[in-house]
Amino acid sequence: MKQLLPVLALLAVLFGGSAAAATPLPGDSVYQLSLQLTDQDGHRQSLASRHGRPQLITMFYTSCQMVCPMIIDSLRLTRNALDPAARAKLDLLAVSFDPVKDDVATLKTYADKRKLDPRIWTLARAEPAQVRQLSGVLGLQYRQLPDGEFNHSSELILLDTDGRIVARTTVIGRLDPAFVKVVGETIVGR
Amino acid sequence: MRVRLALAWFGLMLALPAAAAEYAALPGGTFASVLPADGKAAAAQVAPFRLRTELVTNGEYLAFVRKHPQWRRDKVAGILADARYLTQWAGADELGEQALPRQPVTRVSWFAAQAYCESEGARLPSWYEWEFAAAADASRRDARADPAWRENILGWYSRPSSTALPAVGGAANVYGVRDMNGLVWEWVDDFNALMVASDSRQQGDPDLLKFCGAGAISLQEKENYAVLMRIAMLSALKAADTTNNLGFRCAKSN
Repeated sequence: MKQLLPVLALLAVLFGGSAAAATPLPGDSVYQLSLQLTDQDGHRQSLASRHGRPQLITMFYTSCQMVCPMIIDSLRLTRNALDPAARAKLDLLAVSFDPVKDDVATLKTYADKRKLDPRIWTLARAEPAQVRQLSGVLGLQYRQLPDGEFNHSSELILLDTDGRIVARTTVIGRLDPAFVKVVGETIVGR
Repeated sequence: MRVRLALAWFGLMLALPAAAAEYAALPGGTFASVLPADGKAAAAQVAPFRLRTELVTNGEYLAFVRKHPQWRRDKVAGILADARYLTQWAGADELGEQALPRQPVTRVSWFAAQAYCESEGARLPSWYEWEFAAAADASRRDARADPAWRENILGWYSRPSSTALPAVGGAANVYGVRDMNGLVWEWVDDFNALMVASDSRQQGDPDLLKFCGAGAISLQEKENYAVLMRIAMLSALKAADTTNNLGFRCAKSN
């Protein structure tokens, strides 16, 4: 039995690692999806590494001229509508629909041009199959057109600290007060 | 001697896990899809690919679940498969009488279907790949203009869904692929790309506000109801959804 202990310990490390790291994830957490993101500074992070802080998440792409700039504006507006204490507890995450064009340098240029503070904003890309998975778990639709543009749904989605979808809004380009209210309440942990 | 060799071979075949799935090579090409590529009229381009000749069966999916227990119905995360996932099986790793080994597996989510295909070194087919393969009959690559072919497929939709599913292994089409029409609905990789504009009506100007790009997609070949029904059904699904009659097969890029 004694000789078995190191083996058991090894097995626990191998198979129990993620579960032991923190409180186990609920079954309806989007962090159940194994997904690698690369941010505007080239840092790799798993989606699940955002576990622990509430997130406002959306999907967009940088070469999009029409609605995408407004998606970014809407994220900013929503965050700014919160009181400062709540604001400091919220992260913003925008993942590209277009991993081919949106490489790290392109995301970085976009973040600089739009003055998106990297302490608050993560612009990220993922491999194409993972982009489709993320859209699936978030309930967003997108389709690439022959000219390289995308048709896509435009929504802001609120995740709680455990990665559960708490609320979403399709109001883009102006503030959605009902959504802001839920964001504020989720952050203070009502 | 020959008999003995044959017996030995047969024994070996029985001892091996499931035989590797068979994939047929499809040529691809320019294809008139019911979903124009640009949302207006552009033809679809399908690169040469390989498609699983048979749907994934209960028996095959059971072997997968035993090897990948995170996909057992009592272990799977709810965000990856809904509460009906594999509920036709007698147990979490047991088929029982309501799920025969050669019936296509159904009540599987898109995430589950993807994971299965990955375990086979494959992926789900795209909609265009699926539609390309499904346009063929036993002798023609594109039988869609034939009213008799259309009638035949539509006949399936009028059959009650309460009857037990037949086994896989129906007649092969010209590529050697079976049961594309007439057995189950099938997941495709880009199921959530088909009708992107379908839920855009709440906004004043959906083309501008909710979507980048070209806005609503128009459907072509409106007389091809059977295929349009597939698109409507797939578009209504969420990635964790499972249904009684929704299964899948896998594809590989060349």
